[in-house]
Amino acid sequence: MFSNVDLQQLIFGRLSLEAIPYHEPILLVTFAVVALGGIALLGAITWYGKWGYLWHDWFTSVDHKKIGIMYVVLAIVMLLRGFADAVMMITQKALSVGASEGYLPPHHYDQVFSAHGMIMIFFMAMPFVTGIMNYIMPLQIGARDVAFPFLNNFSFWMTAGGAVLTMMSLFVGEFSRATWLGFAPLSGAAYSPGVGVDYYIWGLQIAGVGTTLSGINLIATIVKMRAPGMTMMKLPVFCWTTLASNAIIVTIFPVLTATLALLALDRYVGTHFFTNDFGGNSMMYMNLIWIWGHPEVYVLILPAFGIFSEVTSTFCSKRLFGYTSMVYATMVIALVSWLVWLHHFFTMGAGPTVNAFFGIASMIISIPTGAKVFNWLFTMYRGKIRFETPFIWVVGFIPTFVIGGLTGVLLAVPPADFVVHNSLFLVAHFHNVIIGGVVFGLLAGVQYWFPKAFGYKLDPFWGKASFWCWLVGFWTVFGPLYVLGLMGVTRRTQHFDDPSVQPFLTVAAIGVFIIAAGILAFLIQLLVSYLRRDSLRDLTGDPWDGRTLEWATSSPPPPYNFAFTPVVHDLDAWWDMKRRGFDHPMEGFKPIHMPKNTGAGVVLAGLSTVLGFALVWYIWWLAALSFVALLAAAIIHTFNYNRDYYIPAEDVVRLESQRMAQLAGRA
Amino acid sequence: MHEMTPPPGATAPVFYEQEEHAHGDGGTLFGFWIYLMGDSLIFAVLFACYGVLGRNYAAGPSGADLFDLRLVAVNTSLLLLSSITYGFAMLEMDKERVSKTLTWLAVTGALGAAFLAIELYEFAHLIREGATPQRSAFLSSFFTLVGTHGLHVTFGIVWLVTLMVQVRLRGLIMENKRRLMCLSMFWHFLDVVWIGVFTFVYLMGVMR
Repeated sequence: MFSNVDLQQLIFGRLSLEAIPYHEPILLVTFAVVALGGIALLGAITWYGKWGYLWHDWFTSVDHKKIGIMYVVLAIVMLLRGFADAVMMITQKALSVGASEGYLPPHHYDQVFSAHGMIMIFFMAMPFVTGIMNYIMPLQIGARDVAFPFLNNFSFWMTAGGAVLTMMSLFVGEFSRATWLGFAPLSGAAYSPGVGVDYYIWGLQIAGVGTTLSGINLIATIVKMRAPGMTMMKLPVFCWTTLASNAIIVTIFPVLTATLALLALDRYVGTHFFTNDFGGNSMMYMNLIWIWGHPEVYVLILPAFGIFSEVTSTFCSKRLFGYTSMVYATMVIALVSWLVWLHHFFTMGAGPTVNAFFGIASMIISIPTGAKVFNWLFTMYRGKIRFETPFIWVVGFIPTFVIGGLTGVLLAVPPADFVVHNSLFLVAHFHNVIIGGVVFGLLAGVQYWFPKAFGYKLDPFWGKASFWCWLVGFWTVFGPLYVLGLMGVTRRTQHFDDPSVQPFLTVAAIGVFIIAAGILAFLIQLLVSYLRRDSLRDLTGDPWDGRTLEWATSSPPPPYNFAFTPVVHDLDAWWDMKRRGFDHPMEGFKPIHMPKNTGAGVVLAGLSTVLGFALVWYIWWLAALSFVALLAAAIIHTFNYNRDYYIPAEDVVRLESQRMAQLAGRA
Repeated sequence: MHEMTPPPGATAPVFYEQEEHAHGDGGTLFGFWIYLMGDSLIFAVLFACYGVLGRNYAAGPSGADLFDLRLVAVNTSLLLLSSITYGFAMLEMDKERVSKTLTWLAVTGALGAAFLAIELYEFAHLIREGATPQRSAFLSSFFTLVGTHGLHVTFGIVWLVTLMVQVRLRGLIMENKRRLMCLSMFWHFLDVVWIGVFTFVYLMGVMR
C-alpha cells in the first residue's frame, strides 16, 4: 500500500519544501543576488549567442591552457564565496560579545566556518594551484599538451561538479556543521543526522576523483614529455615543485577518498568505523583525515614556492641562487610532510614518545624551508631588481611567511602546543602561511603569467593597490588573533561572554574589509586591464625578459605551444637561447598531431554530480539511474577511437608568420 | 634589447627539433602504475582499519567463529589461476592471435566471476548468521576490505568484457593492446591485494 508520504519519499527521498531555507533572511537575500546574477549571466551569454563558443572552445576543450584558465576562474568565483563566509564569521565574532548575540545563530555559524575552510582549501586554493600548474608546466618543459588531455578536461569538470554540489547546499538543505574536516564522531549519523555532512562527503568525493587524476596526469607529463636536453636537473623550479606537489596528491587523495568512504558507510549503512559504540574508534578518523590533511598544505605551498622562485629570478635578472639546494629542499619538504600529521592532535593522548617524534619531525620541515628563504634572498642580493607587480608580492611574502613559519615551529613544540591548541593563535598561524604563502604566491603568479595567457599585462596601479590592501589587511585581521590566541580564546566560538576581547575582534573585523578592498582592487585590475588592453599589449611573448621556455612562444601561445619542439642546453633555457642567438625558424613546418576536443568530460562529471545529489537526499532511483548512466557513458566513451587530428602545416605557417610579423613590427 | 651574437668561436647550437616524432604510449602505462599505487593506498587504509578494529568484536562473533578456510582456499586458487590465464592471454596477444587471446580472456573472466560468486555466497552466509557489517567494528572492517576487493574484481570483469568486444570489433590494434596491458596490470594487482587479504584477514583471523 502506498500512502502519499511513501510515494513522496520514493520519488524525492528526504527532499521536501522544508529544505528550502526561505525562513532565513540572509540566505534568501544571497539566493536573490545569486539568482539575479546567474540569470543576467546566462541571459547575456544567450543574447550574445556565445553558448556555441563556450561549448566548443572552452567546456569541451582538452587544451591544457584553456583548462588551466577555467580552473583559475572557478577558483576566483569560489574565493568570493569563501571570503563572504570569512566576513560573516569575523563580524559575528566582533558583534557577539556580552549581552549581544550577533546576527548568526550557532547552527548557522557552524555551517559558515565549516564551509569557509572546506571551500577555501578544496575549491579555491586547489583549483587555483592546479590551474596555474596546468597552464604553465607544459609550456616550461616545451610540451604540446599534458600526457592525458581528455583526463585533464574530465578532472576539471569533476572539480567543478564538487563545487556545484557544495554551493547547492546553501539553498537546498544545509551544509555540514562538523568543521572543514568533518571530524568523527560529530560527523556521524548520531550527531549530524541532516544532509549537511552528506553534501560535504559527496562534494569532496567528486572533486577528489578529479584531483587524483590530475595529479597522475601532471606527473606523467613531467616524467615523460620534457623537451630533449631537459634533464631533471635542468627542470625549472616551478616544475619541480609541481612534481613534488602532485606526488603528494597521488599519495594522499586516495587516503581521503577511503576515509570519506568509510564515514559514508557509517552514515548510510550503519557500520562502526568511527562510532562510539560496537568497537568503533573515532581516533582512526583523526589519524586518517590528518594523514591526508597535513601533506595537503604542502600540496598548496610547494607550487607557491615554485612561483616565488621563478618570479624572483626573473625580476632580479639573475639565475636562481642555489637551484640544486632548492630542488632538494622541495623534495625533503615533500618527504617529511608525510611524517608530521599527528602534530594536529598532540593533546589527544598519544603520549610523550609519539608526540616527541612528530614534534621533532615538524620542526625539521623548517630547515629546508629556511634554506629556500635564504635562496630567494641571495638571488636578490646583487641582482638587478625590477619592482614590477609580481615581484612586490615576493617582498611582501618573505617577512609574512617567515613569521607564519616561526609560529608554526612554536606550535610544533608539544608543551607549547598544549597551551595554544585549538586557539585563535593556531587560526592566525595557518592563515599566516596559507594567505601569506599560498594566496600571495598565486596572486604573484597571476600578475606574472597573465600576459602570457592573454597577450597584455595587468594594470600596475590596481595591482599594487591590491597588494597593499592584502598585506595591511592580512596583518590587521590576524595580528589581533595571535594576541587573542595567546590570551586563551578558542577558535570556532560564536559568542564571547568576556567583553575584553571585543577591541581585538573589532580591529580584526576592520582588517577583513581591508582585505575585501584588496580583492576588489584585483577584480578592478582585471577589468581596467581588459579595457586598456591595447596600451598594455605585449607582442613579444616575453614581456618580463624571462628565463624559461614559456616565454619562448607567443602570448597567448598557439594551440600547439611550439611549432618545433625546443632543444634545451641550460637550466634557464630561454635565457640561454636569447643569449646565444636563437632565430625563430621560418620554414620546414609540418602538420602537428593534437588531441581532439570532447564533451565526454562534461557528461561524466554532470552525471557524477547528479549521483551525488541523489545520494545526499536518499533519492535511490535517481542514484541508481545516474550510476548506470555514468558507467554506460564511460564505456561508450572508450568506443571512440577517433581522438586526435592534425593541425595542417598551412595553419602552422599562417600562425607562425603572424607571430613573425608582430615581432618584426615591434623591432 | 637582448644580446643576439653568439660568443666567438662557438658553433651555432641546435635550439629546436625539426623532425616530428610521436610520443609512444609509455605515458599511459606509467600513469597507470601511479594509479595502481594510489589504489593500493586505498587498500592500505582499509588494511590499517582492519588492523586497528579487527579484534573489536563487540561481544559478537570473531574470525575464528566465522571463517571457513576451505571455501577461502578454493576462492584464492580461482583468483590466482585467473592471473595465470590472463598471462596466457597476453602471450597470445604478443603473437597477434585474436581468437586465442579472446578465449583466454573469457577463461579469465569466468574464473573472476566464479571467485565473486563464492565471495557473495560467503557474505550471504555470514549475514544470514547475524554477522552483518553493522554487528561490530571487526565485521564492518572485514566486509569493507573484502567487499572493496570484490568491487574491484567486478569492475575488472566489466572492463574485461568491454575490451573483449573492442578486440573483436577492431582487432589487436595498438590502442587495444595498450588497454589490455593496463587491465593486465590491474588484474595482477588485485591478485597481490588478495594475497594480503588471505593472509591478514583469513589466515591470521582464524588464529586465536
